[in-house]
Amino acid sequence: MTLLARTGSGEPPPSAPRPGRHRLLPYLLLLPGAAWLLIFFGVPLAQLAAASLYDPSGSLSTGYAMTWAFGNYPDVVQAYWPQFLRSFGYAGLALVLALLLGYPLAYAIAQKAGRWKNLLLVCVVAPMFTSFLVRTLAWKTILSDNGALVGLLRDVHLLAPDGRLLATPFAVVLGLTYNFLPFLVLPLYASLERLDPRLLEAATDLYASPAQAFRRVTLPLSMPGLVAGTLLFFIPASGDYINAELLGTPNEYMIGNVIDSAFLVRLDYPQGAALSFLLMAAILAVVFGYLRRAGTEEVL
Amino acid sequence: MTGMARETPAGDLRLANLTKRFGVFTAVDDLSLTIEQGSFFALLGASGCGKTTTLRMIAGLEEPTTGQVLLGDRDIARLRPYKRPVNTVFQSYALFPHLSIFENVAFGLRRRGIRSVDDEVTRMLSLVQLDGYGNRRPAQLSGGQQQRVALARALINRPQVLLLDEPLGALDLKLRRQMQIELKRIQIEVGITFVHVTHDQEEAMTMADTVAVMNAGRIEQLGAPADIYEFPATAFVANFLGQSNLLAGEATGAGGGDVAVTAHGTRFSVPAGRSRADHGPVHLGVRPEKLILVGSADQVPQGHQHVTGVVTDASYVGVSTQYLLRTGWGTEVSVFAANSGASERVPVGSEAVAYWDPRHAFLLPRDAADTDRTSPVLDEPVGAPS
Amino acid sequence: MRLSRWLADRWVMIVALLVLGYLALPILVVAALSFNRPSSRLSYDFNEFTLDNWRQPCATSDMCDAVVRSVQIGFLATVVATVLGTLMAFALVRHRFRGRSGINVLIFLPMATPELVMGTSLLALFVSAGVPQGFWTILIAHVMFCVSFVVVTVKARLAGMDRRLEEAAMDLYANEWQTFRRITLPLVLPGIVAAALLAFSLSFDDFIITNFNAGTTVTFPMYVWGAAQRGIPPQVNVIGTAMFAVALLLVGLSSLRGRRARRANLLAGPPGHLRRSS
Repeated sequence: MTLLARTGSGEPPPSAPRPGRHRLLPYLLLLPGAAWLLIFFGVPLAQLAAASLYDPSGSLSTGYAMTWAFGNYPDVVQAYWPQFLRSFGYAGLALVLALLLGYPLAYAIAQKAGRWKNLLLVCVVAPMFTSFLVRTLAWKTILSDNGALVGLLRDVHLLAPDGRLLATPFAVVLGLTYNFLPFLVLPLYASLERLDPRLLEAATDLYASPAQAFRRVTLPLSMPGLVAGTLLFFIPASGDYINAELLGTPNEYMIGNVIDSAFLVRLDYPQGAALSFLLMAAILAVVFGYLRRAGTEEVL
Repeated sequence: MTGMARETPAGDLRLANLTKRFGVFTAVDDLSLTIEQGSFFALLGASGCGKTTTLRMIAGLEEPTTGQVLLGDRDIARLRPYKRPVNTVFQSYALFPHLSIFENVAFGLRRRGIRSVDDEVTRMLSLVQLDGYGNRRPAQLSGGQQQRVALARALINRPQVLLLDEPLGALDLKLRRQMQIELKRIQIEVGITFVHVTHDQEEAMTMADTVAVMNAGRIEQLGAPADIYEFPATAFVANFLGQSNLLAGEATGAGGGDVAVTAHGTRFSVPAGRSRADHGPVHLGVRPEKLILVGSADQVPQGHQHVTGVVTDASYVGVSTQYLLRTGWGTEVSVFAANSGASERVPVGSEAVAYWDPRHAFLLPRDAADTDRTSPVLDEPVGAPS
Repeated sequence: MRLSRWLADRWVMIVALLVLGYLALPILVVAALSFNRPSSRLSYDFNEFTLDNWRQPCATSDMCDAVVRSVQIGFLATVVATVLGTLMAFALVRHRFRGRSGINVLIFLPMATPELVMGTSLLALFVSAGVPQGFWTILIAHVMFCVSFVVVTVKARLAGMDRRLEEAAMDLYANEWQTFRRITLPLVLPGIVAAALLAFSLSFDDFIITNFNAGTTVTFPMYVWGAAQRGIPPQVNVIGTAMFAVALLLVGLSSLRGRRARRANLLAGPPGHLRRSS
C-alpha cells in the first residue's frame, strides 16, 4: 500500500527492444483488465448519470422513464444541502486532525525511528487487518456513556455530568480520523523516508531555525506524499456513512447515509443517482482543484 | 589455459558502415573498422560519443539503422542477442540479484541446455579468484568481486568476442588499477577478442593493443596507444588523450625534410614525418612533458626551439611539477617537469624559457578560425573524470 | 531548562507514540472483548473473563458461514484481479502504445471514486440488466475495485527493475520466454505478492460496495453490520483478533526471514568485504 505513494515520479521511459515487433501485444495485455473496468466501472457510471435524469415519479416496480429531468439536481440539493455541507465539513475537520496526528507520526517513523522503523510501520498497518466495522464498533464501546473514558471526563469536569461522547459530531469526526489515518500516513511516510537528513543539516547550517527548516525544506519535499495521502484520506472520508451511522445519530448523517437510504430503503433511484453523481462531481472538483494548486500531475 | 581454445571457426570482428539514429539524433555515424581476432580493443570517448551504442549493436541489444556487423564472414547485425557468439560484461554488472553466484555464472551454459556445469563453473570461479564464493548472493560481494563474477559469467560461454561496457567504472582507483592488470592477464590467457568501452584514457592505454578514439559518432583516430599519444591525428585527440599545447600558426611549405611554421611572429620547424599538413593554417603541438624549463635563452641546446614567458603558476603534484608559462602574446603554455632532482624549481613570477626538441613536436591542420589550445577545454575530459 | 531541551529533541517521537496508541486502542478493546462473557446481548461492557468464545468461534453458525464466504470471495477476487492487473502493469511499463493516457485515467478513476458511488452505479447496472445479485455480483464488484490497486503496486515494482538484467539474460543465451521465466518473473514476484495481499485485504474488508450488490448473500462485514443492530456476538471479536494476529504473524515471519538473510550476509562475507556502499 505504500506504493501508492509513488507520487510525481514520471512514467519510466518505456523501451521496446524491437519497435513494431509486438505492436498488438500491449493491447492484448490490457484487454481483459480494461474491459473489466469499462464494463463494471465505466458503463455503470454512465448509466448512473442517465439514471439521475429519470422521471422522479417512477418507481422500481413500474419502471423509470428517461425524461431528462435535470430538475432532479436542484431538487436534491435543496432537500439535502445540510448533509452535503456536513459531509465536507466533517471530512475536512477530520483531515485537519489527521494531518496534525499523521505528519508527526510519519516523520518520526521515517526519520527518527532508526532500527524500530519497521516495527512502528507494522503498528500503523496492522489495525487495517481487523475488519474496519469491528474497529468502529470498538470505538462505540470506548465512547459509550457508561464507559471508562466518559466517566473519567465527567469526573474531571471536562464533560457535563450528563454529557456524552457517543452520538455526537465529535464521535463521528473522531471515527473518520481514525479509520482513514493510515491512508494518509503511508504515502507521507514513503516520501519522508526518501528525505535526505543532510538537507536539514544543510538548512540549519545556512541559518534556518528548526521551524524554518521544516517550512522551507521538509514540507516542500514531502509534498508528493502529502498530496497523495490527503486525497486517499479525503475521498473515502467524504463519501463515508458508516461512522455517522454507528457513532452518530440522524443529526450527524452525512450525504453517504442519504444515498444509502435512497437506494436501499426508499428505492428512489433517480434521487440516489443524482446524489451519487453530485458527490462524485464535488469530490473530483475538490481533487482536481487541489492537484492544480499542489502542482502534482500523476498522483497514483 | 589451453582448455579455453576456440572451437568455433576463427574470424575478425568487422563493422561496416554501421549507423544508428535515434529520431533525428545520429548516435553512430557510418562507422567502419576491423577488430583483429584475439586482440584487446578499446573504444575511447566522452559520454554520448556513441561508444556504448556501438557496443550494444555488436551485442544485439540495439539494431543498427544501416550497416553490418560481421563476425568472420557472417553478418550478425540482425540476430537476436541470444543467437550471437558474443557476451557482455555490463556496466555496473547486471548480476541477477535473486540467483547465487554459482547460478549467475552457470546461467549461459544452462540456457544452452548444458546439464553438467559444475566443473566448468568451479574452474571459471577460480580463474577470477573467487573459489568458494558460489553460494553467495551478488549483494554479499564487494564491487570488485561482483565485477569478477560478471566477467566469469560472460567468459564461461567462450564467446568469440567479449564486450566490456565501462566494466571498471564503479570501482575505486586502487581496485581499478588492480583489475586493469587482471583483465589484461585473463585476456592473454583465454585469447578471446575483447572490445572494451571506456571514457578513461589511462585505462584504454594500459590495457588495449589498439585504441579507437570516438567523437560525435565517428572515429577520430585508431591505432596503438603509444602511436596515438605521440602523434595525434586531430586537436580533439591531442587533448582527449593526455594534454597538449597547440599553438596556432601558418605552415609555409616543406623543404629539407622539415616543414616551416610561423606562429606569433616566431619561426619554428617540424620534421615532415610528424606533419599532417605542410601549408595553410596549422596547430603546432608539443606535449607538456616534452618541454623543458630553463632560466634564459642561452641555456637552450643547439637544434632546439623555444618560447619565452613568465611563470604564472607552479603546482607540485608529487611525481612532477606543473608550470604555466605566460608567453609574450598572452597564451599560457603548460610545462611538466619531472621531480627527478635534476633541475631546480622555478619560482612563480620569474622569467623563463621553455624549449623542446623539434622531433617531439607535431603539426595538425587547423580551422582558420581556431586559435591556440594550450589547456584542455572544460567539456573535454582529460584523464579519468570520475 | 534541561526538560525543555529534552522535550524539544523528542516531542515528535512522543506525539508519534501517542498517535500509535490511538490507532491501537480499538484493537486492544476488540482483543479484550474476545475474552468477555457479556452480561446481556446489547452490553459491550467487560463482564467476566472466559475462553469460551475462542473455544467455540462458530457458536453462531451464520457468522462462520459469512467468514467462509468472505474468504472464498476474497480468494477468487484476488486471483482474478492480480492476473488482470499484472498484465496491465506489464503493458503500461514495457510497451509504447496509443491511448496510454486514457488507460491511466481508467485505472486512476476507480481509486478516486467514492466506494458509495461505485456501489450504487453497479447496483443500477445489475438491476437494469436483470442480473440477480449474490455471490457472483459481489465477486465482479470486488475484482473491479481491486484491479487498479494491483496495477499500481505491480507497476511500481516493474518500473524499479533494472532493464539491463533482462538484457544480460538475453546476452547469456536466454530467449524471450526464458528471460521472462528466469529473470523478470522472479524479480517482479514480490510486487505481485504484495498486490495480491492488498487485494485480499481490500476484498475481505469491503462493506460499502458489497452491501449494494449482495442481494441476500452475507459476507463477514455484512454480518457484523447486521449484528450491530441487534447486539454483536463476542465471537465477532474473536475473528477480528484472529485476523490481526495472523497479519502480525505474517509480517513477523517475513521480517524474520529478512533478518536471517542479513545475518547470513554478515557471517558469509569475509571481513572488509561487506557490501560496499558507494
